[in-house]
Amino acid sequence: MSDPLKVLLAKAGLDGHERGALVVAMGLRDAGMEVVYTGIRNTPEQIVAAAIQEDVDAIGLSSLSGGHAAQFARVMKLLKRDKCRVLVFAGGIIPDADVPKLKKLGIKAVFGPGSSIASIVEFLKKNV
Amino acid sequence: MEVPGQFPFTRGIYPTGYRGKLWTMRQYAGFGTARETNHRYRYLLAQGQTGLSMAFDLPTQIGYDSDDALALGEVGRVGVAISSLADMEQVFAGIPLDKVSTSMTINATAPVLLALYLVVAEKQGVPWSELTGTVQNDILKEYIARGTYIFPPAPSLRLIADVMEFCAKEVPGWNTISVGGYHMREAGCTAAQEIAFTLANGLTYIQTGLDRGLAVDDFAPRIAFFFNCHLNFFEEIAKFRAARRLWAKLMRERFRPKNERSLMLRFHTQTAGSTLTAQQPDNNVVRTTLEALAAVLGGTQSLHTNAKDEALALPTEESALLALRTQQIIAHESGVTAEPDPLGGSRYVEALTDRLEREARNYLTKIDGLGGMLKAIESGYVYKEIYRAAYEHQKAVEAKAKVIVGVNEFLSGQPPKLKTQKIDAQLEPRRRRELAALRKKRGPVDLTRLEQTARGTENLMPVIVDCVRRQVTVGEICRVLRGVFGEHRTNFSI
Repeated sequence: MSDPLKVLLAKAGLDGHERGALVVAMGLRDAGMEVVYTGIRNTPEQIVAAAIQEDVDAIGLSSLSGGHAAQFARVMKLLKRDKCRVLVFAGGIIPDADVPKLKKLGIKAVFGPGSSIASIVEFLKKNV
Repeated sequence: MEVPGQFPFTRGIYPTGYRGKLWTMRQYAGFGTARETNHRYRYLLAQGQTGLSMAFDLPTQIGYDSDDALALGEVGRVGVAISSLADMEQVFAGIPLDKVSTSMTINATAPVLLALYLVVAEKQGVPWSELTGTVQNDILKEYIARGTYIFPPAPSLRLIADVMEFCAKEVPGWNTISVGGYHMREAGCTAAQEIAFTLANGLTYIQTGLDRGLAVDDFAPRIAFFFNCHLNFFEEIAKFRAARRLWAKLMRERFRPKNERSLMLRFHTQTAGSTLTAQQPDNNVVRTTLEALAAVLGGTQSLHTNAKDEALALPTEESALLALRTQQIIAHESGVTAEPDPLGGSRYVEALTDRLEREARNYLTKIDGLGGMLKAIESGYVYKEIYRAAYEHQKAVEAKAKVIVGVNEFLSGQPPKLKTQKIDAQLEPRRRRELAALRKKRGPVDLTRLEQTARGTENLMPVIVDCVRRQVTVGEICRVLRGVFGEHRTNFSI
């Protein structure tokens, strides 16, 4: 049997809304994955350092404050700099118009409000 | 049968309900720059809104100026960016502060934002004694759910006592705390937990005031509450009734106030953001209408109705107007304001009220057993209760045990095509330039007295007001306080 998938769930920026991140964390754990949750208020530097240190298979970035554009872009830039080729997905309050921009940065999927945990589990199993 | 306007106020704090006075229509707003926010406020007031409710961006709420490196991407996003007195003056340009009441959603930095408001009033020639409004100033729920804390609990409670003490003398018409259940409910707790955790926080603030040496009747009447209103229509109406009754009883049992106003739970309500869906967003107008109606039938003193696009972005001018119109229709067309507590006496609503009061009491007993609310928060108990409830809700939705129209049933397959509010990408660089110019023009500032007062026990408010008058910024004041008080970090395992 292979090791369980290991996922870092990270709150980027100053946003304190963590219901979504926590619910996804509990859901992924119940689906048999190993989850590391950063807690709120992390800089992009802290997130990338945690991902490398924990040697995760995927990073889920969460923001509901509108800070995603700048914060997620910086995370992606730092990952590239550190040659960390890990799968990145995102969630939160993210306007439709911003989704193509995030995908262009290399974020594989964006799970907005109303997304099911099942759909995230399926996505991770297929893409890691 | 209980009587409206009489202890324990289950049926409302006023004998005549809304026949005497309608609720205040107070739409939470603020985004981008002070100029844009001023424009939105004047627009809302022109459309018949009766009070202001100020949303600040996260850097302002967490004590960073717009040009701080940690403010990256967050400037002007969830509210207006306020770093300096000039920003605050601009927000209220052309809005006489003796004519409006202003509620500010501000917690860790409440003393600083209140000081800014007071100095703007001064400059407008309005005496502090004529000001009415509210600072949220409810730090305890920030450790549990909302996350905009800065300092550890002890210095945070000291700042709260400073505001209560200062306002009791200097700004008597100001509500010094709005104890919020809203955010804990958004984070996922149940109706009974919302009552219990909110009132437990409220009791902690009362004790904080008493420990400062204030008499209960000198500050308890100026503590207000802030609840959520969800979609479970009758349960929500019962929640407001149960909260009023339980608060009146708790206050009488524990603190024996002489002024009846110290027993009255006055509250603001906001409809539930977490019930809004990104799918089929027009449906959100219907959800908000039901929630607003429940808040009114529950006897709210003021109300914010959410806009239909808030699962996607901040509201546009158009969607914000529709949200305001929704409550104006309830107020002026529906006829529900004719009778105070019109559902009082309904067997169902009375039974729900009793049940919620009982359940909330049980939680309070458990919290007392843990050594009080502060201990319960620090141990992670409250946090875990809330997120466990949030996860149960999510599982029920995924199993379709709970139907959400457009999300897990009745899917039309139509993606939302709303035009959403945009924040100017050039805002952050512009703010950096403005603040650099301000600091250059003002020159260096001496913050020794602020630091010394923070290290001592004297009230910090007069010193902060003095700093603000000298153009010291929010970030500069908070940097000094961070140095003295340290910073809090929540780290509960899940």
